[in-house]
Amino acid sequence: MIEERPLPTTDEPVDAAFWRANLEGRLLVQTCAACGLARHPPRAMCPDCQSMAVEWRAASGRGRLWSWAVPAPPLLPAFAALTPYVTAVVELDDYPGLRLVGPMLVGKAGDMAGFDASALRIGQAVQVGFSRIAEDVALPGWRLADPQ
Amino acid sequence: MLKDRSAIVGVGCTAFAKNLAESELELACGAIKAALDDAGIAPREVDAVASFTQEETPEFEIARNLGFGELHAFSQVAHGGGAICGAVGQAAVAVAAGVARTAVVWRARKRGDPSKRQWAAVRARVSDHWKWSRPHGLLRPVDEVAVLARRYMHEYGLTREQLASVALTQRAYANANPGALMRGRPLDLESYMAGRMISDPLCIFDNCLESDGAAAIVLTSTERARDLCRPPVLIHAFSQGMSRQHQLMSDYHGADPLRSSSWATAANLWRQSDIGPDGLDVAQIYDAFSPMVLFCLEAYGVCARGEAGAFAAAGELGPGGRLPTNTSGGSLSEVYLHGANLLVEAVRQLRGEAATQIEGARACLVATCDSTPNGALILRR
Repeated sequence: MIEERPLPTTDEPVDAAFWRANLEGRLLVQTCAACGLARHPPRAMCPDCQSMAVEWRAASGRGRLWSWAVPAPPLLPAFAALTPYVTAVVELDDYPGLRLVGPMLVGKAGDMAGFDASALRIGQAVQVGFSRIAEDVALPGWRLADPQ
Repeated sequence: MLKDRSAIVGVGCTAFAKNLAESELELACGAIKAALDDAGIAPREVDAVASFTQEETPEFEIARNLGFGELHAFSQVAHGGGAICGAVGQAAVAVAAGVARTAVVWRARKRGDPSKRQWAAVRARVSDHWKWSRPHGLLRPVDEVAVLARRYMHEYGLTREQLASVALTQRAYANANPGALMRGRPLDLESYMAGRMISDPLCIFDNCLESDGAAAIVLTSTERARDLCRPPVLIHAFSQGMSRQHQLMSDYHGADPLRSSSWATAANLWRQSDIGPDGLDVAQIYDAFSPMVLFCLEAYGVCARGEAGAFAAAGELGPGGRLPTNTSGGSLSEVYLHGANLLVEAVRQLRGEAATQIEGARACLVATCDSTPNGALILRR
């Protein structure tokens, strides 16, 4: 069992652009350069038109909570140390139907440890944030959006 | 046509326990030999095998330990809890098509040891599709299903009390099953509600057991089955299913994440079946996590969308209910064997020899993991 938190590989052609943008605090969505279909997670080929040409488009990072889980032990040691934490699935406002998984974030540093799930509700507005957890990894997560 | 042309003629199991002394290979050999003895078929007659890609006893080891004949068909099916009906179905296809005569399907597993949990083997860098969920904190299958369960609760008003009836009903079946791990351990609603959360909204009693054991079945042509000693259980219909754009197992990216691969399996299963959802007498539905049972009841058309929680809470999964389900105690309370025990229980019900026998059971649905690409069978007497 690994001691550290598992990280994504960030150098694969299919999704390197996504992870690179995260380091700069930007959320990108892979779209088909031929037919415009937006898709996440990224794919090598467009499932609608079979083109392999892609464009990366900016997302606002605003979204709505689709659902979430509150994992509790037994967990990997690195995650057990972060409990209580919440991992959410969020539907993006500007790409309807596109959903991203990410932890709920607390504090300015983008920590996921100690998030209180009791006040969350489905449909709640969130805004993307990034946690720099390795030289090549800034994982996207979610902060509750300021009330309008 | 596949319909009714092959039959399960033998079943075998080892003891089930938290910690068995035997190796997985020894457990597999024991279960397969028991299934062949049950069928009255000599090992040398076996010429086909099917199992799981996750099975750690290789088919050549099984064949050379058991003393099988020359093999003419062998296949493995992926996706863990989604695999057992696919393995049986592929063996049935080989037999029905005349490629092979007699097949063995098995699953052996020592999961009682916490280090054998698959999620515990996650690597420091994740390069496959799991990179979109595991580093973010959805580490285990239970976390992935918890997300779906919460959304389902929101959409359809399922309560934890309703969900509890899946675990409680199955525990009662296990209490009556001398082979079940939970045979002497009753469970009531109060204890369920007090159970610790594993991934909120799912508590420990919504999770399958961690256990050791093996199970096997023997399958041959229906023609040959008529000459054997045991009542044949016919493979009436079979399908595997993978929904469009399925992403294992954090399948949140399709048009409707609550419309799982089970819906694809079900449509193609019923297309081939003379028996419909209303014609079922009993069901065995994969239950690594209790919400999967409710999801499948809807996907297979037993309940309308959103109504499975009320169905379970009304006692319809119990012995006197409209569709007695997971009648051995299932993965939650009998043993966790990636659903192989559910298949064995289906055969026992249709032979009339189950621990909690459903009177006059003639047709059984066996459905596999709702959250992965999966498969299902309609078995009948």
